[in-house]
Amino acid sequence: MSSKTNQSILGRLRTSATALRENKVLRRIFRTKTGLIGASITIGLVMVAIFAPEIAPYDPIEQNYGSVNQAPSLSHPFGTDRFGRDIFSRVIYGSRYALGLGVGIVAIQVLIGVPLGLIAGYYGGHIEAAIMRLVDITLAIPGIVLALAIAGMLGGGLVPLIVALAGVGWRGFARLVRGDVKSVMEEEYIEAANAAAVSDVRIMLRHILPNASASIIVYATLTLPSVILQTAALSFLGLGIQAPAPEWGAIIEAGRGQLATEWWISTFPGFAIMIVVIGFNALGDSLRDALDPKQSRPF
Amino acid sequence: MLKYVIRRLLVMIPVLLGVTVLITLLINLSPGDPARAALGAQADAQAVANLRQEIGLDQPVYIRYIEWVAGVLQGDLGTSIVTGEPVNQMIMERLPATLELSIVAIAITFVIALPLGVISAVRQYTWMDTGSMVFAIFWLSMPSFWLGLILILLFSVELGITPISGRSGTIFTVEWLSYLALPAFAIGARRAGLLTRLTRSSMLEIINEEYIRTAKGKGIGGRAVIYTHAMKNAMIPIATLVGLQIPMVLSGSVIIEYVFSWPGIGRLLVDSVSRRDYPVVQGIVLVYAVIVLFANLIVDIAYTQFDPRVTYD
Amino acid sequence: MTEPLLAIDDLNVRFRTEDEPVYALNGVDITIEHNEVMGIIGESGCGKSVTALSVLQLLQSPPAEIIGGEIRYKGENLLERSDSEMDEIRGNEISMIYQDPMKALNPVLTIGQQVTEPLLAHRDVTKDEAIDEAIEMLRACGLADAERLVDEYPHSLSGGMRQRVMIAMGLITKPDLLIADEPTTALDVTTQAKILDLLEDISDEFDMSIMYISHNLATVSEVADRITVMYAGTVAERCTMNELFELPLHPYTRKLIESIPKLDTVHERLPAIEGSVPTFNEPPSGCPFASRCPQYIGSACDEVVPQAQPPGEAYDVEAEHTVACHLYTDASSEKPPWTTEEQTHDSAY
Repeated sequence: MSSKTNQSILGRLRTSATALRENKVLRRIFRTKTGLIGASITIGLVMVAIFAPEIAPYDPIEQNYGSVNQAPSLSHPFGTDRFGRDIFSRVIYGSRYALGLGVGIVAIQVLIGVPLGLIAGYYGGHIEAAIMRLVDITLAIPGIVLALAIAGMLGGGLVPLIVALAGVGWRGFARLVRGDVKSVMEEEYIEAANAAAVSDVRIMLRHILPNASASIIVYATLTLPSVILQTAALSFLGLGIQAPAPEWGAIIEAGRGQLATEWWISTFPGFAIMIVVIGFNALGDSLRDALDPKQSRPF
Repeated sequence: MLKYVIRRLLVMIPVLLGVTVLITLLINLSPGDPARAALGAQADAQAVANLRQEIGLDQPVYIRYIEWVAGVLQGDLGTSIVTGEPVNQMIMERLPATLELSIVAIAITFVIALPLGVISAVRQYTWMDTGSMVFAIFWLSMPSFWLGLILILLFSVELGITPISGRSGTIFTVEWLSYLALPAFAIGARRAGLLTRLTRSSMLEIINEEYIRTAKGKGIGGRAVIYTHAMKNAMIPIATLVGLQIPMVLSGSVIIEYVFSWPGIGRLLVDSVSRRDYPVVQGIVLVYAVIVLFANLIVDIAYTQFDPRVTYD
Repeated sequence: MTEPLLAIDDLNVRFRTEDEPVYALNGVDITIEHNEVMGIIGESGCGKSVTALSVLQLLQSPPAEIIGGEIRYKGENLLERSDSEMDEIRGNEISMIYQDPMKALNPVLTIGQQVTEPLLAHRDVTKDEAIDEAIEMLRACGLADAERLVDEYPHSLSGGMRQRVMIAMGLITKPDLLIADEPTTALDVTTQAKILDLLEDISDEFDMSIMYISHNLATVSEVADRITVMYAGTVAERCTMNELFELPLHPYTRKLIESIPKLDTVHERLPAIEGSVPTFNEPPSGCPFASRCPQYIGSACDEVVPQAQPPGEAYDVEAEHTVACHLYTDASSEKPPWTTEEQTHDSAY
């Protein structure tokens, strides 16, 4: 069998399989209650983030000493903080941080973790041992501790936050992809591709990666809520996004000192985080059920 | 068994060495001057230079690394550049508080999660299943630090039942519990949410195994099927989960210690990070790594208790 | 005629799936007399295991639901029993052994714990007495080393040994009916033969009936007295073991017999039945075998569900020999394209 026919058969098999799956996936997601909730919240979050200036009644940062520390009311549904800023507007703008940072950081984790996992699983031997040893070492340090040390030592702020969370999260993707590669490698068509003298990179990208893609998508969707929580946590500790930026964790931290008197400042952004996290968890769960790759959730 | 433990301890050495390298790299590649940070922006250049020399910052990275590791091997984690206290002492003073909080949090996690997970698996598709899962989603979606604040607001501020923060009282007294309850629950709730789901899914997997049908076919009754046959198998993945929970609970404790001013190493870490007190940060990260590695070892040994197929020799 | 030990009467089982329901059993009738071995044969997916599991109500529900019929055991309809009432029957009066002894034994419990369990649940015995009986039963099932084995875990036993354990576990309460669901399929050929011998011995020794399920006609023929041929959730033919080979009536049965490799003839290749067992998303509206049938006779096969009945006077068969095929009903004026005499000559048995 020539390498050309070999590849085209593989290619055709794969395309039809993917098409069949994708068609079914959307249907399955929207059929379940979980999927519907997840998809609606996700779409809602994207909408809120895009149209924040239209939705928010006030500027999220501008201070207004005429309306300081007001309890929730019709004009300020979530109340105001000690600088007279409208909490509702700040929470609305906060969606941009959650979505932007969440997706961005997960993307970086994927870009680091997936290639490392592919390489480890495909080449095996010393390369695999080295990469997995690195994973083991970082896994010995609890996630937040490592992220805190990285972010803190880099001085806090946007870039340290991204570096810290990407630096903690890539290892999950590396492990997942390595496992997938190992099981795919045993299947015959990789041998066929190997025998047909296709280059390593091509085998990895064309034959192995598509097989791991379902579990990567699911894992990424389920990692997103964790990253959103971690972003808020680091900002809450003063090591991520800094006030006056309307990041949810930072808003909660700012209201902490007034908790007993102005409870609304810290309370509402927390609900926002909860809803978004529920949404992505639900979306990830229904995606997993629809794609059904054998894998557990990240935690 | 002893051989296995020794082998595992030996494997730990390169991992711990890796951790020390990672920590050192992290701290030395970071921009800014810890001495300057420790003394404050107003300090004069001479004082900063003196401190740099005193804590060895004027030496190359590898020398400082070797000196640090040499110290660690002798049980000396160095001195805080902010307070001048020995790091060992700072950690040892606070470690019991962290361990106490983490252990209670893990206990809460399991007490909530195991029964709920099992019930929802056994009664799949009933209201109990749906209820447990909604409950689980609810807790696992909550940021723990925010939950901590809400708990303070409700129980300390509004109801006045518990103190707002801190740690006090002798162990197993009401006073002790009143300080511990809220932070432990704040850590445990999210973990319990996750663990409920995981228990449910591993239990469901087991319930669909053929040997469960065999057991049912013997007419021993539904309870015996679940408790004798399913639970014993479910303990195997659950033992793994305990191991995985430990670093997670420690992660959770860092931020909750900060929220509740709990005098443990997590709060010390947050404080030291913001003061750039790097010897303390180094020491604490190392201590966390040691706890995690030992916890994993203990879990792996516990495995043999649950799974007769696994033997270590 | 007295009431048979077990009478499955017009059993209908449906599975709810994500897309469409699957009708797994469509009117299955099977009777098992006292002290008889009834063989149930058919391709994989024809509903044999579903039938067996229905008897003990061990089908996972959802997705499975029994939508019609009766399962009478000693005259009583078991389907009217609740799950906990069924526990009085399970492992006590009716025991079951399963296809894959690797998966059917609990990996974390000792052999002793698992074999004594039915006894402890159904008889008033102490643990020590139960262990003694277990050891005795394991020995009777050909496990000489029984005393040591009761403390072992399943993973340290071979497949054949585990199936013997399964059998001992099924027999320990001396049930009236043993359901054996493909008990030899997962085993190698020599072990298969030994397990079959064991089953034959115990059926004589313990005075019980066996429902022996298999897709392999050769193994069934060694143990069964009578046989029920199942196809796509229906019963195609039912007769004694002898007549099955001498006078098979249903085209499907004939195909099954042809596909047994014979030692005295050289085959170019083993004849196989083309096509596969259909699955039904609604109850079948004609003969389920129509699409693969070599003697397809036209619209009657597609439109009328053939009922099991004696083939008629033209065929010299025993009274209880029934067949569900339009070749033998009024729906067809044609006669089957084979003669009974020719068939007897042809048979190598």
